[in-house]
Amino acid sequence: MSDQSTAEPVIQLVNLNKWYGDFQALCDVNMTIHRGERVVVCGPSGSGKSTMIRCINRLEHHQKGEIIVDNIELTDNLKNIEAVRSEVGMVFQSFNLFPHMRVIDNLTLAPMLVRKMPKADAEEIAMQYLERVQIPEQAYKYPGQLSGGQQQRVAIARSLCMQPRIMLFDEPTSALDPEMIKEVLDVMVELADDGMTMIVVTHEMGFAKTVADTMVFMDKGEIVEIATPDVFFTKPKNERTQLFLNQILTH
Amino acid sequence: MNDQVTSEVAVSGSKRTAPPPIERIPVLRWARENLVSTPFNAVVTAICLVGLIYFLPGFIEWGLIDAVFVTSDHKVCRAAEGACWAVVGEKHRPMFFGIYPYEEHWRLLIAVAIYLGAIVMTMMPKFWSYRILVPVWIFTLASTLTLMWGGILGLSEVDTSQWGGLPLTMILFSGTLVIGFPLAVLLALGRRSHMPAVKAVCVVFIESLRGVPLITILFVAVNVFPLFLPQGLEFDKLLRVVVGMAIFFACYEAEVIRGGLQAIPKGQYEAAEALGLGYWQIMIRIILPQALRICLPGIVNHIIAAFKNTSFVLIIGLFDILTATTAVMQDPEWRRFTLEAYICVGLVYFMFCFALSKYSQLVERWLGEGKRF
Repeated sequence: MSDQSTAEPVIQLVNLNKWYGDFQALCDVNMTIHRGERVVVCGPSGSGKSTMIRCINRLEHHQKGEIIVDNIELTDNLKNIEAVRSEVGMVFQSFNLFPHMRVIDNLTLAPMLVRKMPKADAEEIAMQYLERVQIPEQAYKYPGQLSGGQQQRVAIARSLCMQPRIMLFDEPTSALDPEMIKEVLDVMVELADDGMTMIVVTHEMGFAKTVADTMVFMDKGEIVEIATPDVFFTKPKNERTQLFLNQILTH
Repeated sequence: MNDQVTSEVAVSGSKRTAPPPIERIPVLRWARENLVSTPFNAVVTAICLVGLIYFLPGFIEWGLIDAVFVTSDHKVCRAAEGACWAVVGEKHRPMFFGIYPYEEHWRLLIAVAIYLGAIVMTMMPKFWSYRILVPVWIFTLASTLTLMWGGILGLSEVDTSQWGGLPLTMILFSGTLVIGFPLAVLLALGRRSHMPAVKAVCVVFIESLRGVPLITILFVAVNVFPLFLPQGLEFDKLLRVVVGMAIFFACYEAEVIRGGLQAIPKGQYEAAEALGLGYWQIMIRIILPQALRICLPGIVNHIIAAFKNTSFVLIIGLFDILTATTAVMQDPEWRRFTLEAYICVGLVYFMFCFALSKYSQLVERWLGEGKRF
């Protein structure tokens, strides 16, 4: 995106630090993400990528540094946390659909409770998004009756029903069988084409190449390299990035 | 590759069309599988058969053949060899209604009927709506309490100390549930709270009261608690007993519910939080419905125990159905036939508890439909 430098920053991480007990999970992470930017975060397991995006909607709380989302700083202030969470959608590796509710109820729950939307409106929006992820016919089933790929698409639709301005994806295809990965990635590509601000933690490098504006490589809790996909995949500067790419791209 | 796939499909297809093997005598197969499948099972079966042959004829003779079913004369019973079921017919009113004034028993009968009707309605999913159940229960409470207390509409007033028998058992039981269950949920949630003070209070409450016998709690509620109250302020004894039983019930039930809460994956909380839901919204809409379903067998276990625990009120001078029966059977003319009266009361308890357990199985099936976790 050429106009990126001019677009307003929506997420700013400033000297972000996080510890689990004595273990430092994030180490001086600095990053600025602009409106409409698509960021793909990769790195070996345990490198802190999930921790970082989970900090952005306060599923984890950081001990040092600043996180500013849409001009709201994340602190212990519950009002701010709620405001940020209603702007930021999140998709998990393990879907986390609510198994005791039908698909349609999964989708309408948050708009009705948080946005105080009337039931009929919420259902209309829910059906719109189910059509967008191409499973409107599953609306009245329970999550347990759907395949993994369908469940993840429902999870994406559920987040979209809150009409977030930013979407976080935490390894959305890692729990899926190979033949279902594509159907989920297709939905994500379409979302990216619509201009959604996205941060995606993934090992799907094909997806990263087509969609990402910015590649971020993390290792041991630090951001090692930030680059455009062209540079990142062809001539990475850092040794650790090169090693990682060799490991995952040689298959 | 493609050929292989189609041939596999064809093979499994032809297998699928084969009829299952025919069973000539299913009962024999059942007996073989369940009664004599191993030498140990065969021995157990044999022992049980011998036991049945030994005891059953005697019981049938005593309970049915030589028994007296209808008489109002205790001498007829004394003359007979077998059981005297007539005692139930003779004494059923004081057994079921206790020391409540005899000529007012019709009020209790109507109250029990209304109450049972409301319970049956509550149990049926087609009535599960606030618009139906709230008015139904307001009507039920108002009408049954009016009938039992009296004092208005030309009904004579009956003090709670005179309430007894089956209605008392049902009041104690439903009061325990209505107060105890929400308290149990709050205690379970509180014990898992991130707020240290809330958590500490819940832990101390549960652990201290769980370690005390119910009888002690009832004694405290009836005899000790009033000492702490300022002069003139007084709560009804029945109310104090119900609250005492409810607290006891809640402490046990809270731990069962906590078990269910622990079974819910962390992802459920995170997904709900990420959607912007607040604590109570998450608990009420996402976590509790799943947790309560998981621990439903344990919950019902304690509910059944709570029903039977109502008989403890004997020690503080309330006449529930069991105590009322014991009291009635002091009558020297019928005293010999206490066993028969107790068997009848036992059947009443069994009917309630069995209905509860069957109903809980039904609920589990309803909640489980299409919802594999």
